[in-house]
Amino acid sequence: MSAPLVEVSSISRSYSMRSGMFGRAAAVHAVDGVSLTIPKGETLGLVGESGSGKSTTGRIVLGLEAPDRGDVRFDGKPMATPGTQAWRAQRSRMQMIFQDPLGALDRRLPVATQIREPLDIHGLGTPAERDDRVRELLRAVELTPAHGARYPGALSGGQRQRVVLARALATKPDFLVCDEPVSALDVSIQAQVVNLLADLQAQLSLTLLFISHDLRVVRQISNTVAVMYLGRIVEIGSADDLFAHPEHPYTQALVSASPAPGRRSAGRIVLAGDPPNPAARPQGCAFHPRCPRAIARCAAEVPALSAVGGDRQVACHLVTGPQAATQDAA
Amino acid sequence: MAPLVSIQGLNVAFGGVPVLRGVDLALGKGEALGLVGESGSGKSVTWLAALGLLPRHAKVTGSVRLDGRELLGAPASELDEVRGGRVAMIFQDPASALNPVLTIRKQLCETLALHRDLSGEAVKAEALRLLNLVGIPDAVRRLSAYPHEFSGGQVQRIMIAMALAGNPDVLIADEPTTALDATIQAQILELLSTIRREMNMAMVLISHDLGVVAENCDRVAVMYAGRIVEQAPASQLFADPMHPYAQGLIGALPPLDGPRRRLTAIPGTVPDPAHLPDGCAFAPRCPLAAEPCRLAVPGLAVIADDRAVACVRAEASRRALLGIAAE
Repeated sequence: MSAPLVEVSSISRSYSMRSGMFGRAAAVHAVDGVSLTIPKGETLGLVGESGSGKSTTGRIVLGLEAPDRGDVRFDGKPMATPGTQAWRAQRSRMQMIFQDPLGALDRRLPVATQIREPLDIHGLGTPAERDDRVRELLRAVELTPAHGARYPGALSGGQRQRVVLARALATKPDFLVCDEPVSALDVSIQAQVVNLLADLQAQLSLTLLFISHDLRVVRQISNTVAVMYLGRIVEIGSADDLFAHPEHPYTQALVSASPAPGRRSAGRIVLAGDPPNPAARPQGCAFHPRCPRAIARCAAEVPALSAVGGDRQVACHLVTGPQAATQDAA
Repeated sequence: MAPLVSIQGLNVAFGGVPVLRGVDLALGKGEALGLVGESGSGKSVTWLAALGLLPRHAKVTGSVRLDGRELLGAPASELDEVRGGRVAMIFQDPASALNPVLTIRKQLCETLALHRDLSGEAVKAEALRLLNLVGIPDAVRRLSAYPHEFSGGQVQRIMIAMALAGNPDVLIADEPTTALDATIQAQILELLSTIRREMNMAMVLISHDLGVVAENCDRVAVMYAGRIVEQAPASQLFADPMHPYAQGLIGALPPLDGPRRRLTAIPGTVPDPAHLPDGCAFAPRCPLAAEPCRLAVPGLAVIADDRAVACVRAEASRRALLGIAAE
């Protein structure tokens, strides 16, 4: 494994939220003690349901938001103070892609102009070189110069996401945060974009943080996958192994809930109860009210993320070691 | 056995632009039919047209029969009995389908009063029974709650309860779980299949998610650019798809287990309905397209018991998939 590009150590972020006009302000722990390491050139997949804190984690890693506690190191150095020269230089090496490409693009500008913008902002190359670079970027995402002259409204959803990708790559970043980048696309177009992302990653040795609720897409592109539940990582491990042998009861339910062609729903784990509310986090293990295997200890004590053999780490009182884990899985 | 719903040669055009081009579809009593396809393929429009729910400027031709009775062009009074009564519909965004300023009891009772000959206490008792049926905990108290007091999954359960209020023979579920989280999606799908079995109700499940359709339906119809391109029992379609588009859709789905493979993306995009190519609408994206494909629109041909495919290259495409050398 190569040296880590991104190191996140126990970051936490909470927001204050008022319920109703006269309600008391309550702290919502969006992210609570999350640690992650992403080696150079690899992809870390972050999965979880809405409210699990996966997008907030992505924003903190990018420096778009400061953590209340903990820190993020990029290429061995701590994140620079926002607004400084060092911060600008660091930020040009990290870029992001979001779910809604139309919202990320300016409808009143031709897309080539928008791909060129980061080059102008960061002052990269002469004007002529910038034009060449825009053509090169369009080609890299499999679009033509003719597409570049169009406005976002005249492109399809898949083409728009390619434009966003081209713009993100303009400054030759080392690190990309992709937050649900293909969730709004139809399955055939989704496959095009996922393949393209994998190709570009290999060509440019990009490091990715890939955030999605779609387990299939995450497995396809990730080396390591972390599963989040109410602001904490409940399980982390290598992608293929994690989905083949999930250990945490929540991961097991998630994997089992993912429908597959050619399989009938027999034996599916259907979780009772509602999705968790981040503002009313249960005591102990946050998952225990919905957990089919919860014991008394789960309601009292927060389980720590601990190694259970191999590169797997699980935060569950019932999963303790390699032997216990195999018994549970059987 | 005569089908419960029979759609024949259904065409829909908006301002001269065809969005449905000759859809034939039959739905048996108690059957679960899946309808898959990408956005704009006409999955939802088919059922909106069948129930007379499209705006007035839509031009609808063809035939839609429910138990032999023609629905297209039927008087509004007759359609009002069918909609919400014999055929109910639930949608992707349940929150916008409920009235935010009325309690759940008011909205459930309204539907019950419309479609069932119930009054007074009987209506309230039935509303409570429905809420219990769809698994809303503490139903007695929750009847007095407003929609915003429920979570997304619970609101979809309430929508299902309202759909069941008229004791329908058919439930059209249009992307019922797309807006929900994975674990909640599993709950709702399980609820739908339990209710369907218990009430012997037919269901049309419209979804872009092949997995959801595969697991919850007996038979699946794949739509592309306003036409049905393949129809087969669910298990057969996913094991042995024949239309190159159906093959493409299945190949584009990343596997959740086994070795990773490069996804077989379908090149290009869905055609603009205003500028459809000549012949088969899928030909410009099809790896097997040949001369005949561009000459005429292939009809949906029955090729086996309960299987039909609209492709002149179906044999070749099947051979290609099975890895048998072509002629």
